[in-house]
Amino acid sequence: MEYLRLATLIRAYAVRMTHRGKSGHVGSSLSMADLISVLYTKILRVNPSQPDWQERDRFILSKGHAAAGVYVALAEKGFFPKDWLDTYYQDNGRLSGHISHHVPGVEFSTGSLGHGLPVAAGMAINAKRKNKNYRIFALLSDGDCNEGSTWESIMFAAQHHLDNLIAILDYNKIQALGRSKDIIDLEPLTEKLKAFHWAVKEINGHNYQQIEDALTNVPLESSKPSFIIAHTIKGKGVSFFEDTVSCHYKYANEEELEKAYNELGVKI
Amino acid sequence: MRSVFNKTLLELAKKDDRIFMVLADIGYGEIEPFAQAFPDRYFNVGVAEQNMTGIACGIAMEGNIPVTYSIANFPTLRCLEQIRNDVCYHNANVKIVIIGGGVAYGPLGISHHSTEDLAIMRALPNMVVLAPSDLAEASEATKAMIKYDGPIYYRCGYKKEPPIHEDSIDFKIGRAITVCDGTDAGVIYTGTIGYNAKLAVKELDKKGIKCRFISMHTVKPIDSEIIVKAAKETGAIITVEEHNMMGGLGGAVAEVLMDSNLTNIKCKRIALPDVNISKVGSQEWLREQYGMSPQGIADTIEKTVRQK
Repeated sequence: MEYLRLATLIRAYAVRMTHRGKSGHVGSSLSMADLISVLYTKILRVNPSQPDWQERDRFILSKGHAAAGVYVALAEKGFFPKDWLDTYYQDNGRLSGHISHHVPGVEFSTGSLGHGLPVAAGMAINAKRKNKNYRIFALLSDGDCNEGSTWESIMFAAQHHLDNLIAILDYNKIQALGRSKDIIDLEPLTEKLKAFHWAVKEINGHNYQQIEDALTNVPLESSKPSFIIAHTIKGKGVSFFEDTVSCHYKYANEEELEKAYNELGVKI
Repeated sequence: MRSVFNKTLLELAKKDDRIFMVLADIGYGEIEPFAQAFPDRYFNVGVAEQNMTGIACGIAMEGNIPVTYSIANFPTLRCLEQIRNDVCYHNANVKIVIIGGGVAYGPLGISHHSTEDLAIMRALPNMVVLAPSDLAEASEATKAMIKYDGPIYYRCGYKKEPPIHEDSIDFKIGRAITVCDGTDAGVIYTGTIGYNAKLAVKELDKKGIKCRFISMHTVKPIDSEIIVKAAKETGAIITVEEHNMMGGLGGAVAEVLMDSNLTNIKCKRIALPDVNISKVGSQEWLREQYGMSPQGIADTIEKTVRQK
């Protein structure tokens, strides 16, 4: 139930924050809310009172436009006061629209796609060379997988057997201008990644048990980096956003905000 | 110069296990000693400059000093966004080294020229821009670069650059070196074109034109003090760089003069024109084509001084 509680809060706050900021990308936060909830509840070894703890797991949100969702999890975990959430996208705000390392608990700033996995791979190879036990997670989007730099790092990670590196794809199959299959079809993705010598597992990215099982059992294979393809629905949890391209851009109006709260069963 | 850089880096790496080399399948005949001495701190990422920079940034974020390395514009332009967003925004301790600044790889063509690098790199917040001009500067710049905590762009020469400094040098990032004094003009250069400028200054000396000859090995942060002083004391500033006319050393010096209200002096930029170079030839031949032979530089300096 803890997973559902945090995921619901992530969703409700993401709708509220983007509503207040009149900002886009709410669908991207809703899509990954269950993944983020399990990561921050059970999987990531992080310490809110010591964000720079050397032995922490590193988590990089490569789809930096979904910052709102991660900010909620960090606030809930106690990395920073919850009232910061209302400053998202505001003048002199604490929280920018794309994820920023100036926020406690954020490992790395991203925004332009294709940056997260190379940096995560650099951290992973350093950890290997220094015999460190922490893991490095990178959460990617469909659009991330269009970028050549992502595939450069996919090749690098396999070459160096980085089994401390875990890529998670929030595979909602929608990108900025439409359905991924109509723009750059990533399929057959599992076969591609296996051909690139990654260990691959497909899960339902909204099924807590499947998420927990997959992320608890990494590396999926020793000596290989792990790629978890999480099938998700963009805008998940808010009916009028679900599986729409437009939720990459639109934010909820007053009426829609109340409707979203009702659907989620929370009021902030 | 690239051999001096590699040898100096190797010596530094023996004493500092934070130094990594992350390169993109370039460096034959130069990087092997590092690779053999420190296989755990050496990565060839393949022909993938974006990943090279991202990997280096990840290594730097963990407290290390990675050096990215390739030729001409490969480690800067292909991966410019990684340099901007990953390296500079995080103030990551990544050192970006290019071999063959300017038109050092002349006959290879424009794809292998690095003629916009100073302008582009110095436009990035947090970035330090170094362009050593001879082997003495190259060695000292390497040491200073590793000692400095933060992103640095290091524009290295290619080979057999003749000495400019006759005495030992005191190399400090951000502090230019006066090679010789003079009162008729301040001639400020950066990088390996400095040798041609030196020959020009020597030639002019025979004609009674005494130049203050300054090595601006650090293009950013630029040594404003030495520029202002030279401008006030000589009344003429000429910059010399193997770089596009736009935004490089000449631009940086002009910014200093403008901000200091020193607009009543004679100024001239000696640089490459704002064109895509399609002429084929060696570095020295190309320099001559664009007015940067010793004679070409001397002529421009003399003309400028005569206008005072």
